[in-house]
Amino acid sequence: MNAPADAAVQDRAIDRSNMKVSDEIAVELVGMNKWYGEFHVLKDINLTVNKGERIVICGPSGSGKSTLIRCINRLEEHQKGRIIVDGIELTSDLKKIDEIRREVGMVFQHFNLFPHLTILENCTLAPIWVRKVPKREAEQTAMHFLERVRIPEQANKYPGQLSGGQQQRVAIARALCMRPNVMLFDEPTSALDPEMIKEVLDTMIGLAEEGMTMLCVTHEMGFARQVANRVIFMDRGQIVEQNEPEEFFNNPRSDRTKLFLSQILGH
Amino acid sequence: MSGTHAHTVAFVADGKLPDLPPPPGASGAIGWIRENLFSGPLNTILTLASIAVVALALPGVLDWALFKSVWNASSLSECRSIIAESFGEGQGGACWAVIRERFDQLLYGFYPAELRWRPNVAFVLLIVAIAPILFDNVRALAVGAAAIVALKALAGAAGVVDGGVGGLFGATTVVLAAAGALAWFFGGGAHRRYWLMFSAAFPVIAYFLLWGGLGLEPVASSRFGGFLLTMIIGVTGIAASLPLGILLALGRQSKLIFIHAICVGFIEFIRGVPLITLLFVASTLLNYFMPPGTNFDLILRVLIMVTLFASAYMAEVIRGGLAALPKGQYEAADAMGLTYAQSMRLIVLPQALKISIPGIVNTFIGLFKDTTLVAVIGLLDPLGLTNPIRADSNWNGIVWELYGFIAFCFFLFCFGMSRYSMHLEGRLRAGERR
Repeated sequence: MNAPADAAVQDRAIDRSNMKVSDEIAVELVGMNKWYGEFHVLKDINLTVNKGERIVICGPSGSGKSTLIRCINRLEEHQKGRIIVDGIELTSDLKKIDEIRREVGMVFQHFNLFPHLTILENCTLAPIWVRKVPKREAEQTAMHFLERVRIPEQANKYPGQLSGGQQQRVAIARALCMRPNVMLFDEPTSALDPEMIKEVLDTMIGLAEEGMTMLCVTHEMGFARQVANRVIFMDRGQIVEQNEPEEFFNNPRSDRTKLFLSQILGH
Repeated sequence: MSGTHAHTVAFVADGKLPDLPPPPGASGAIGWIRENLFSGPLNTILTLASIAVVALALPGVLDWALFKSVWNASSLSECRSIIAESFGEGQGGACWAVIRERFDQLLYGFYPAELRWRPNVAFVLLIVAIAPILFDNVRALAVGAAAIVALKALAGAAGVVDGGVGGLFGATTVVLAAAGALAWFFGGGAHRRYWLMFSAAFPVIAYFLLWGGLGLEPVASSRFGGFLLTMIIGVTGIAASLPLGILLALGRQSKLIFIHAICVGFIEFIRGVPLITLLFVASTLLNYFMPPGTNFDLILRVLIMVTLFASAYMAEVIRGGLAALPKGQYEAADAMGLTYAQSMRLIVLPQALKISIPGIVNTFIGLFKDTTLVAVIGLLDPLGLTNPIRADSNWNGIVWELYGFIAFCFFLFCFGMSRYSMHLEGRLRAGERR
């Protein structure tokens, strides 16, 4: 367990007043399968995510958890089954793909900010070109979200001038500028120094408090315990166990989950 | 951890150590010399040997090229007798008189003398067209134009250039002065769009200026030559091969198998064939494939071949830049919902081209020098002109001066391109320190 990060998550009371899970479905995966050549990476994935849910996906490396969330916005193509995001079914129709990508924000392990653009330009690019928002308005929105991730003063710097934690917070703000309905996080703290994990997790907790639908691949078990309403454990391409965090951590059912938890929480 | 506390096990620093200046000799001019010229025995030997070589060679070269050279003569034998008279028998000196006499020919080939103001104006306009592409701010043009006009006035007053008032107050000077004035008043970044619009229109303007039409007296392609021809082929090739190379590089990356195959086939074929072969095809073979009676201008054919040739190399250079971009950049652009065209234009190409600058400029320089190959198919570029000049009984036997001058001119252009690319890399790096 990551001690500083765990402390970070626990040192503030979480406001749960806006964390409501609605009956409406945000993301639905039905019998989804994916192969890399001959290799069966994702096996019969069934998952329904309601609006307002905060889901943490964990599992050993190579278990297919990143691939799973990358299928939701078509960074990876699935070969069988259905993916429905916000009522739109994901097919090879480019229009549908772009439509879904507009509604789904993504934060990457390595931030993937555009190094040739300033922080502000990083945040306004997609709203201006994809949503066709006027430049002035896009900049106001961007400044609003940069303030929320607490780095408005860096707006005119370039990504290379920021620390890793700051870059990841910008990446979150950049995704939020598109006003997405769903946010995907692909190991957002794995590439960060321990002392920077806290600031990113804080930002993510803030997002959860506002009722954002989140799917989060992470090893931050403290975050999962505090924020998630459901934890999913994956191994070898399939969902092995899912449960509320309390039950998941205190009373894991499958042997594979027990082994994983003992390894990750053991030291 | 400072040594005074090394004997104690537990240690807490009791303050910040002050910043001290570096010891003498480690920085400044002496430091630089010590570090770069005499850092070890090998370096010291190399430094001394280099100084010795320069000291031995330089006086001879300077003697030949400057101190014992002749600028006014009408033939090589006259040159030699002048040198023998002033510096004694058996002394060698450069006979720059050949350059002086044939200067116009080396610049324009056989372009009609009374129409040479048109290439001159086109050249000035070329600089005006390039400036906004190369620099954010074109105000420097005003300074350059003023300097050249002043130089011309001075040279005219001193009687160095012939042509008198006509040469001084001709079309070139007028255009120069006008461009300079415009650059001075409207050179700022706010008007850059209009300058770029002129850049886009320039090829058409240059075509009519050089070849005539629209009321200007037409000039046949066969009369073009010298550095005029070099500039036409070089600049067109450079300007056209970059966009074509970008398209080929993107096509080569395409998942559409047909586009991919066409691009790979084209690139590999062009790269596998010597440029001379392509030029021969352009000059002779191509006519057999045309319907009888078509007159397909030779310079145009050469331009197409040179452009295609350079674009294949360009495509490979840019492919390197595309491959060097982390995959995450493509993914981030996709995840935001940018279309293919948008992600290429806004995210991928700006970064890939920046990475590729050294290779791109390298290809440009290669292309510019390859223009001399057109001499092989009978076009009279500067190298092509050396043969008729040397065949003239007055200049029979002249070698070093002619080729040296042409080499020097090519060096100036290529060195300029190289320096600009370094400047550009520095400017782009300053923007986004990593």
